[in-house]
Amino acid sequence: MKIYDMPDQEGHFGPYGGTFVSETLIAAIDELKAQYLYYRDDPKFQAEFAYELKHYVGRPSPIYHARRLSDFLEGAQIYLKREDLNHTGAHKINNTVGQAMLARRMGKQRIIAETGAGQHGVASATVAARYGMECVVYMGSEDIKRQAQNVYRMKLLGACVVPVESGSKTLKDALNEAMRDWVTNVQNTFYIIGTVAGPHPYPMMVRDFNSVVGRECLTQMLEMAGRQPDVVLACVGGGSNAMGIFHSYIPDESVRLVGVEAGGEGIATGHHAASLSAGSPGVLHGNRTYLLQDSNGQIIETHSISAGLDYPGVGPEHAWLKDTHRAEYVAINDDEALHAFHTLCRMEGIIPALESSHALAQAMKMAPAMDKDKILLVNLSGRGDKDMATVAEYSGITF
Amino acid sequence: MSRIPATFERLTHTGRKALIPFFSVGDPSLPLCVPIMHAMVAGGADIIELGIPFSDPMADGPTIQRSSGRALKNGVTLRDVLKSAAQFRHEDGITPVVLMGYANPIERMGRERFASQCAEAGVDGVLVVDYPPNEARDLGKLLGPRGIDSIFLLSPTSTESRIKEIAALATGYIYYVSLRGVTGASHIDPQDVAHHIARIKAVAKVPVGVGFGIRDGTTARQLAEVADAIVIGSRIVEEIEASPINDVPASVGALINRFRQAMDA
Repeated sequence: MKIYDMPDQEGHFGPYGGTFVSETLIAAIDELKAQYLYYRDDPKFQAEFAYELKHYVGRPSPIYHARRLSDFLEGAQIYLKREDLNHTGAHKINNTVGQAMLARRMGKQRIIAETGAGQHGVASATVAARYGMECVVYMGSEDIKRQAQNVYRMKLLGACVVPVESGSKTLKDALNEAMRDWVTNVQNTFYIIGTVAGPHPYPMMVRDFNSVVGRECLTQMLEMAGRQPDVVLACVGGGSNAMGIFHSYIPDESVRLVGVEAGGEGIATGHHAASLSAGSPGVLHGNRTYLLQDSNGQIIETHSISAGLDYPGVGPEHAWLKDTHRAEYVAINDDEALHAFHTLCRMEGIIPALESSHALAQAMKMAPAMDKDKILLVNLSGRGDKDMATVAEYSGITF
Repeated sequence: MSRIPATFERLTHTGRKALIPFFSVGDPSLPLCVPIMHAMVAGGADIIELGIPFSDPMADGPTIQRSSGRALKNGVTLRDVLKSAAQFRHEDGITPVVLMGYANPIERMGRERFASQCAEAGVDGVLVVDYPPNEARDLGKLLGPRGIDSIFLLSPTSTESRIKEIAALATGYIYYVSLRGVTGASHIDPQDVAHHIARIKAVAKVPVGVGFGIRDGTTARQLAEVADAIVIGSRIVEEIEASPINDVPASVGALINRFRQAMDA
């Protein structure tokens, strides 16, 4: 196995990543980097993190062998890493627990977050309540409409949800607005970024906090199947659940890594959010990565049925894994994701998040062409309770 | 060498401080860009900062966000910004022009091509909000030999070592961000600004300007006592928004003149 130790000290994954922020944030980012590097190697911090993951989040999350689905597809065996069973219903809580613990040690009493589908907002509001901190969540007004239940959940947890009306009124604009808040309140505020993007050290730190997912899989797959999977699949918006499950597998090149982006209405229509499949390198939100942009370097609006994948950029480590061919990236369209969503509901009694349904749809595409002794491990990154209104609307049902 | 050092030298001789207005190219329209620049010079501007419109202006408050949005709606690109600068330079050989914007339009054009097109257009300085020095060393190396200054920001949060690092790299002038926040914010503290500018001037080899949140002549005059240059942005955009489109050059020129009078009084 090869040693994998990206990023470098300045947060670069080859040409990607880095710290592209305005001067006012440099001191805060330097402080964050120093503190994170210190606590990353602090046994007490890691012991507390492990305790919180076990007793508050409910880890380890199980791996489930989806036998009926696998039999139905008559091909490879599909295993699901059940991040949907975590407290708050997605992998996002792994990272927010870690960052909130760091915020407390840094003496920051106020946390801010951006959210798309609302999962990261809920996870941030949750840990803020857990630790008694003030919490402000920025959310695009379009997403607020799509995810009304999650908005209410955040409010129940005591967070203030600020609608963002600028730009496309979705996740990227929420990120812009959170950055503006951070630059203004940098002295008392900790910005909990929810994905493996943003300036260094966020891509590394968010990956590290989520990498518990892949580490558990290494043990659990041995227990369940006696070996590691042939392919690991995860959906990629910003890419935090994918980095979480990929990271432990990167050194083992016998395991294929497949990231699944939101193909929206199809790549050819231009209405999608597939930055790696159809974008080009550029600089946004503090790092260099693949972006959906026009020929003049303006960021273009994205589309996906799932708010959590509706982002014109992607974590810089994914850009690096793509260029080095360690991971492959494909796109799944809205209708394919919906089909996978319904299939899992009916065949396994599991309602997946629309985001995770993209990864599942790709597994369902690949499985029939593979032998029955092959194993596909899908990161079922979240549960679909939040998506009831969206799915009903697509099915022509109004409550 | 760019036109910036000579400009500050002339100002020093007359005992005045530089007035640097900012506006986005293409707001309110592309054809009005050069007339606005001339009106600014007539009103008393010493250097002009031209904003490159960007879809995601993270360091800007609502006013400049709107301005950038209008420019993009008018279809304005980095190429148009360079063309406007070139046209202005054709008609005004003295007033320095600084391009200010975000990294991605430059990344998309390519840094080398951007640097050579800036040189052809007669641009004097470049300030990229999200290119801190450690990510932009090669852009500085492309601009410097072409006689274009690399202008960097410093802020209230900059540490002593950071100030020294930037002071060693900066050419043209240093742009001190007056407050923790975005452009157009309203909580500027002149005493705090004076304290930080003194820290910077102790190590800087180039003049130090101040901007963000300077909305009136009184504040401009107060800060001109400690800084070498005053940058006005959001207040100008508000003037653009409040004026009938054909009156924009005249009303912006008059606004600049009011700042000029206040600073020179």
